[in-house]
Order: sequence, then structure tokens, then C-alpha cells
Amino acid sequence: MPNSAVFEQVTADFATLAQARTSFGILELAVPAAALLAVARKLKDAFGFDLFLDVTAVDWPKRTPRFTVVYHFYSTTHHVRVRVKTEVPEADPAVDTLTGLFGSAGFMERECHDMYGIVFRGNADLRPILLYEGFEGHPLRKDYAKEHEQPLVPYRE
Amino acid sequence: MSKTVPIRSVAADGKAVAARPRSAAFEYLTTKKDELVGWGRKFSIFPYPFVTACCAMEFMAVSSTPYDTDRFGAALPRFSPRQSDLLMVVGTVTHKQAPILLKVYEQMCEPKWVMAFGACATSGGFYQNYATLLGIDRIIPVDVYVPGCPPRPETVIDGIMLLQDKIARERHPIVTERF
Repeated sequence: MPNSAVFEQVTADFATLAQARTSFGILELAVPAAALLAVARKLKDAFGFDLFLDVTAVDWPKRTPRFTVVYHFYSTTHHVRVRVKTEVPEADPAVDTLTGLFGSAGFMERECHDMYGIVFRGNADLRPILLYEGFEGHPLRKDYAKEHEQPLVPYRE
Repeated sequence: MSKTVPIRSVAADGKAVAARPRSAAFEYLTTKKDELVGWGRKFSIFPYPFVTACCAMEFMAVSSTPYDTDRFGAALPRFSPRQSDLLMVVGTVTHKQAPILLKVYEQMCEPKWVMAFGACATSGGFYQNYATLLGIDRIIPVDVYVPGCPPRPETVIDGIMLLQDKIARERHPIVTERF
């Protein structure tokens, strides 16, 4: 099935649930945070997007809601990608975990939690994965000063 | 069977030759203790490579045949810090890794020297962020800094030679105040 056919089917099917558009050749779905789990499940079961590629976030310090959580999925049968975006507020930056659908989401959600402080409801293991125990704050947020260091070893002199 | 055989010099054709008179032998040498010990130490630098990043490629280049650090007695890496003299910190060190570097340094026996290999180990290089230690001299003393991103092998060899000069000029106490 060519890309455009899959895109049209997905777009038609998600007409009520998500806003769809094509961005640089990738289908992009903007969904409300509450519908994220349902969208991901449908993409996986009905359209064959069976590979979880990545989850990351974008910080818009002056926008409300502040964070965009971005997912990428890949279909190993149709060989196309889809991007799913959802927005969460600063006060409660939480989305549902996708570890129930994709086991590989666990580590990537931990990294996103490290860097942006996004909480993945239902992910039982959100310990630091790239940062270390005791690190305060989330370094990829725009308000984290670049010269702010949190050394583990006391400096000499 | 236990007959004692007298020791004597034998020439190539099997005939005995007369021993050289003792007065002509090179038996005594006057020097200073620090110079003698320093001369020995500067040609037996056993490095411990603490290799964390892309500078490792240059470390391999400088260790291998075309550049041959064995000419300076510094080619045989010891993979235990307890057996090494020179800690070569090759690459970026992060805050998460700093405790490991400090532990390795503390495991090394005296006398010990440290080389900061490349821009990142020297100063953090082009990094300034939450993750990177801005130069290993913030946590351990450094004897020689080798600049470059990555350094040319010639630069590393120059660094080794500078360190050799430093070792040769150092005091080498046999009994220290801690001993």
C-alpha cells in the first residue's frame, strides 16, 4: 500500500479524534492528551504501526500549555512513519504511559522524564536513566541555565 | 659429578681468553640520586588509558606502529590503575563519570602523573552544559595538557616528552614523610 493510501485511511478514521496534516512527508496527528492511549492503540492494531520509535518533548516557555509531547511510530508492513503530538500544561505535565502497548517505550519515557519532567502515568519505573540520583531539575527545559552544574565530586581548591 | 668448573671467558673458536684487568672495567658511576631515579622513571611510563570518547581513535593511532610511543617507554598500557604510572584521560568526562575517574586516580600508586588528552579533558572543550565536567583538573591534579580536538599524534608525543622532562627534573624521594 503506498504511503498516501495509508495516510488517507488514517486521516479519515481519526477525523473525530485527532487533527491530521502532512508535514515533510510524514503524517502528523495532533491529539488531546486524554485520547493518546486510544490513538496509539488504534494505530498499532488497525494500521500496523507496530514499532515505537521515540518519545520526546518540546518546551515552549511562553505558550500555554507549555509542553508538546511528540511520539513517532513506524509501520513495518507499510514502511511509513506517523508522528503523534499532544500538549500538556506546566502544572500537570502528565500523559498515559504506552508501556502496555510497546515494551520499548519504558526506557524512552524514562529519558523524556529525565530531560523534560514529563510524567508518564502508569510507568512504574521513572528512575533517572541518563541523569544521576540527586539531580535536581530537568536540563532540557528552556529555563534550566546552561552553566548550572550539579557535580557529584567536590572541586579541588 | 659435582666437580667445580672454573668460570672463564671463552672466545668464538672455543679457546679460553684472558680476563680483562679489573682496572679497565666500568664499575662505578657518580650521579645524583634524583637524576638516576628520574632517568629510570621517565623511560618506564606505564599508561592507564581512561578512554571515554572520540579521542580514543587518536590514542589508538599514537599507540600503534607508525608513531610508536614505545620509543618513549610509554607504550604498554596497564589495564589496572594499580600497576600504572600515567593516567591518560582521553575524552569528555561527565559529572556522572567524575566519581569513577576520581576512584581510578586514587587507586594508582605513587609516583603517578596525569595527562589531559584533548580539549574536553583539558577544559570541557566546546561543551558547557548540565552534563560535562569542564576540565578534569577540577577534580584531580594534571601534569600535562595536550590540546587539540582531537590532538595530532605529534602533539601527544610532544606531551609525553614534556612529561619526561618534568619527571627527570622532579625530586624522587625514596623515603617520604608518609612512609
